[in-house]
Amino acid sequence: MTSSISFLFVRRVLLALGALCFIGSSQAGDTQPDALLSQYQQAAGQKADRLRGQKFFNATAANDLSCASCHGVSPVLAGKHASTGKTIAPLAPMVNPERFSDSAKVEKWFRRNCKDVLNRECTSLEKADVVAYLKDLK
Amino acid sequence: MTFLNWTQRVCVSAALFLGGLPLAMADKPLMPATVLPAYKAECASCHMAYPPAMLSKSSWQRIMGGLDKHYGTDASLDTATERQISAWLQAQGGTYKRVEASSPGDRLTTTTWFEKKHRKIDKAVWARKSINGKAQCQACHQGADMGDFEDDRVRIPL
Repeated sequence: MTSSISFLFVRRVLLALGALCFIGSSQAGDTQPDALLSQYQQAAGQKADRLRGQKFFNATAANDLSCASCHGVSPVLAGKHASTGKTIAPLAPMVNPERFSDSAKVEKWFRRNCKDVLNRECTSLEKADVVAYLKDLK
Repeated sequence: MTFLNWTQRVCVSAALFLGGLPLAMADKPLMPATVLPAYKAECASCHMAYPPAMLSKSSWQRIMGGLDKHYGTDASLDTATERQISAWLQAQGGTYKRVEASSPGDRLTTTTWFEKKHRKIDKAVWARKSINGKAQCQACHQGADMGDFEDDRVRIPL
């Protein structure tokens, strides 16, 4: 009996550790805002502009939407999905370190969301501007 | 059981029966015990994690085949993730009672079972700011995220 209990306990501890490792690895990410910024600037062949990024972020485009429609005019706070109402965690990486830490995730959301807002994908310069605007917001 | 007398046996049986009753009467949680992490990460980042059971397998198949035009948004995924989620939905989909093969627009809010279950809810109630339409299950079913749609726990906000 005792041995089966201790076996169960050990198994639980191992499972918990395994889960922690899994969560840890999925959040670790492979990039950071500064790296993304220089990557996008390089692709655009131009320097990013923080203020242009802010303007772009708040500009309403083709579909009557802007980035701010869901992420909020103040991206240091949580946003709200414009159609489903679901809470969206803050986009500013100083407030939410998970943001701009996983390049595949960043690309996926730029692709999807730019299509929703602009009916097209964003250019490298637009992405650079947005990252430049968001990265130091506090 | 031999060490119990007749009365004790009746009491034990009754206790077991009554004890098991609330469980037997309650609706089973509609969400599978383990939810595919990709389903949570990709689908539930924009909307509630709808229980796969509530929509037919064929509806899920059509939804997953048109993610680039997903109810007005581009929800496209990389092929590997899309396949993984599709397979999970095919395994888990359509198990709720009376889920028909197709519903208009492949929306669970247009299924016959949904309309029947909500027939007493007035139009004005759906329009309340605190509810915001039929797709917001959690507005009234607080445990909806976990697949808890038990009638007794429904609280309709004002």
